[in-house]
Amino acid sequence: MLGAELVTQTPWIFETVWLIPGIMAASFMLILFFGKRLPQKGAEIGIAAIIAAFALSSFATYTWISEINSGSEAESYEALPAATAPIGFGSAVVEPIAFAGEEGVVRGAPIITEYEWFSVTDPMQESVAAKSSAPAIGIGTWVDGQSIMMLFVVTFISMLVHIYSTEYVSGDRRYTHYFAFLSLFTASMLFMVLSTSTIQLIVGWELVGVCSFALIGHWWEDKPNSDAALKAFLTNRVGDIGLLVGMIILFFAAGNSFSIEKINQMAVLSGEDGGISQGVLLAASLCLMAAVMSKSGQFILHTWLPDAMAGPTPVSALIHAATMVVAGVYMIGRLYPVFWEGLSIYGSNINAMAFIGGLTTVGGGLLAFVQRDIKKVLAYSTVSQLGYMVMALGVGAYTAGMFHLFTHAFFKACLFLGAGSLSHACHHSFDMKKDMGGLRKKMPLTFATFMIGSLALAGLPPLAGFWSKDEILVGAGVWPGTEGNGTYHIPFIFGCITAALTAAYMTRVIWLTFFGKYRGHEEPHESSWRIRMPLVLLAGFATVAGFLNMPSGFVSAVGLPKSWAHKFEDWVEPEGVSTFVSKAQNGFTHAKPSLSLAIVASGLVLISIAVVWTYYKKLFAKDEMATEYTDGFMSRMPLLATGHKILTNKYYLDHLYTDKIAGTTKGSLAKVSYWFNQNVLDAIVNSAGSVSAAAGRALYKHFDQGVIDNAVNSSAGAASSSGGVLRRLQSGQVRQYASLMFGAAVLIAVVFVFALGERG
Amino acid sequence: MNLLLQAETALSETGEWIANGFFYLIATVAVVAALKMVSTKNVVHAALYLLVVLSAVAATYVILGAEFAAATQVLVYLGAIMVLMLFGVMLTRAKLGNDEELDHDQRWIGSLVGVGMLAVMSYSLWEFYQGERLPSEQSPQRTQEVALEIFSTYIVAFEALSVLLLAALIGAIVVARKD
Amino acid sequence: MFLNQFLLFAAVLFSIGVYGVLTRRNGVLVLMSIELILNAVNINLIAFAAYNQDLSGQVFALFIIAVAAAEVGVGLAIVLLIYRNRRSIDITEQNALRG
Repeated sequence: MLGAELVTQTPWIFETVWLIPGIMAASFMLILFFGKRLPQKGAEIGIAAIIAAFALSSFATYTWISEINSGSEAESYEALPAATAPIGFGSAVVEPIAFAGEEGVVRGAPIITEYEWFSVTDPMQESVAAKSSAPAIGIGTWVDGQSIMMLFVVTFISMLVHIYSTEYVSGDRRYTHYFAFLSLFTASMLFMVLSTSTIQLIVGWELVGVCSFALIGHWWEDKPNSDAALKAFLTNRVGDIGLLVGMIILFFAAGNSFSIEKINQMAVLSGEDGGISQGVLLAASLCLMAAVMSKSGQFILHTWLPDAMAGPTPVSALIHAATMVVAGVYMIGRLYPVFWEGLSIYGSNINAMAFIGGLTTVGGGLLAFVQRDIKKVLAYSTVSQLGYMVMALGVGAYTAGMFHLFTHAFFKACLFLGAGSLSHACHHSFDMKKDMGGLRKKMPLTFATFMIGSLALAGLPPLAGFWSKDEILVGAGVWPGTEGNGTYHIPFIFGCITAALTAAYMTRVIWLTFFGKYRGHEEPHESSWRIRMPLVLLAGFATVAGFLNMPSGFVSAVGLPKSWAHKFEDWVEPEGVSTFVSKAQNGFTHAKPSLSLAIVASGLVLISIAVVWTYYKKLFAKDEMATEYTDGFMSRMPLLATGHKILTNKYYLDHLYTDKIAGTTKGSLAKVSYWFNQNVLDAIVNSAGSVSAAAGRALYKHFDQGVIDNAVNSSAGAASSSGGVLRRLQSGQVRQYASLMFGAAVLIAVVFVFALGERG
Repeated sequence: MNLLLQAETALSETGEWIANGFFYLIATVAVVAALKMVSTKNVVHAALYLLVVLSAVAATYVILGAEFAAATQVLVYLGAIMVLMLFGVMLTRAKLGNDEELDHDQRWIGSLVGVGMLAVMSYSLWEFYQGERLPSEQSPQRTQEVALEIFSTYIVAFEALSVLLLAALIGAIVVARKD
Repeated sequence: MFLNQFLLFAAVLFSIGVYGVLTRRNGVLVLMSIELILNAVNINLIAFAAYNQDLSGQVFALFIIAVAAAEVGVGLAIVLLIYRNRRSIDITEQNALRG
């Protein structure tokens, strides 16, 4: 057993975090078995479990923060929980690196508790030495700032979604199953977040995929819904192949080890002794990037995400804010050295991840413009924001990426649940142009929270999105005086464009849903408290979450205590063994925030809000029921019209996937088999017919006419009888097939034994 | 342990003829029972003949020194699978008495294939293994060693098998439940 | 003891099993014949294990027993389902595969 040698001061909660996914998994089983018999149909189990999990996570977060704070006060490393010795795998024991960061803050090293699940011995190698170095498959928990942050976010969002769902899906015929899968979804995400080995990561990753399949297709009776679930699943499978291949490459590269810790250590040393070579890392990280692209909806594999809106709205909130799409971003963070070293373009200071992210962020943002469905706007917005996160990780602004993940979770969940509340009021439609409009007065609370969420997403100060977005832009290192990690001109420009785009499409959504005149049929009404309460909480977080990571310059300028600056960075940024230790001068350099950049970015946001605002203001002044200009605004600008057409067709990616790739494969296969059927099979039957006809004619000619009366008929007869013989073989009798199979086996055996089998 | 001792003595050089005698007795019983099983007109009788064949196979394992496999054979086949089979017979309300329609009329195809198979196999076995003897200094293969082998060399296969069993369990429930 | 006496015994049982699979009409009886085939294979494995003084054969025999248990479980479930849908388990009547 590989019991970790835990240092005595380690708080007990860090060794027992496995309880958090454990509770959710237990809740899944309980709901599945007993849910239907309970008065609330199983929802009470799920809610109790998620509240317990949230309480534990909050406690873990609190303990983690106080550990770090006490470490920074004592200014000595000894007071900190030392990292547990790297466990089991190999012999490399790396001492925790004492590290005094800026302003004497000492940050926490990961606390890893790992147990051996089983080890694989190579049957070809019988020596004891080979057996003792056999790769062990570990399972355990990895506690550091990043996983603690995810624990908090996932359980918090999931708790609100549970409460919200009791109202939103009440009366559904699969209510119990719904809650069971919510629990499993949360459990598998938490399991993945805490993973210590790549095997555990893969298991969690796949579990998340299965749960999303089940929940997206929750109303599978409608064909589009089950299609969407299938699409999500299949698109994810494309990436999962990459995940498997990448993990296998890393397994061999790290000397037969599944340990994330060891892989990271060796990746950091890339190019030096004991490290993995850059070429191998490049191959591995490209494969893993495919997985990230499919799971986290990066450009060209993002197409499943908007379709996944077919699921119930709370599920969309969960998928987008906490449990599914951030898994890819989380994996980049967890294996950051691999991605960082692997995707660095050789001989330059530039990382390719930044460009994937940059492309996604603009591509998604543009698509959000042409959607009628409010949830699809939000879905494309998620694609765009995920692009931001990947871009941040690509430019080396690790903390900014994680911080954006954190803030995005709150305001995106807020927006999704708000959209759900709207549709709950407007007889379950999500069509902004047909069924919404003028809801500002009818649903004031939903309006207020949605407004806060939108502004936070757009990145207006002082809401959450502003702080994280600003950090990412700063991290690109283009703006004068920011001293980023490299100079990423294109991603920076893309980032700025997206900032403007985001503001514009959110303004459009707000105008279409809340202003003008109501275009639906029945009278909408504000939802019940179970829907309003999560909205208020999330809006609150969307307002204040940004203050967790204020730049120190801002803090001193406003006159707040100095220790309030960049708290998030202190708490979350990894330190110590096996994480991304700054290698030479390249690494976790923190870019310097720039006031002028913040002003310019906010200015961009304000300008684009103003433009869209006036557009709709004019429109609604003309006609209160209108949703777009009908006077040929589009037709007068051909370039715009072409762009609009490309966007409404989603860059033709779906055409490419279904019609071109799947269609040509399927079509050509069908053609080949049709050709085979028409030419080869028919030729055989026909020639059998004509041969017998010819034989018949010969008989008629050369022998007695009385033997064969009708030579002409015999051709048809022979053809039909040979067809009949073939047809009789296709009798559908399993027994007959079995006889043929066994008989053929005997014949083949005879051939082998007598014809080929010389003894020897 | 009695069986084991029996097997050990049987396998020693002096006792080899005893083991051989046992084997031929068992084999005859098994073959006769197997033939009855595929030809009887009574479904329940067929199940009982199968029981005889399976016990005989277990005895063969003992002669070959595979005590654990023999024990598993008795537990799984005689204990569990036979009961399942009888349940299957009863739940499908097969005729408990004689049923003239148990075989279909094309018995000759089956016999042809069966006899052909037997001919090919016995010819090639005779050709390839003629005169090969089992090691006379044979020690029974201990359960402990089998266990070590399963849980070290074949651990992955073992895990895969456990997943397969779970899948079969779930599959059987899903297929057979009334819905 | 000769190796062949075990192998031939197994071959006989195997052929009888094949005959049973091909001639029986009753689904449960077909399953029983399949068990016979599996047992014949197991005898071979164990005989070779004894012949080579190697445990692998025995381990695989054990695996086959486990797989056989799974197979009977699923097989009987299918037979029951067929019976429930068609009131008969005569496999000569099951010709839905006819093209």
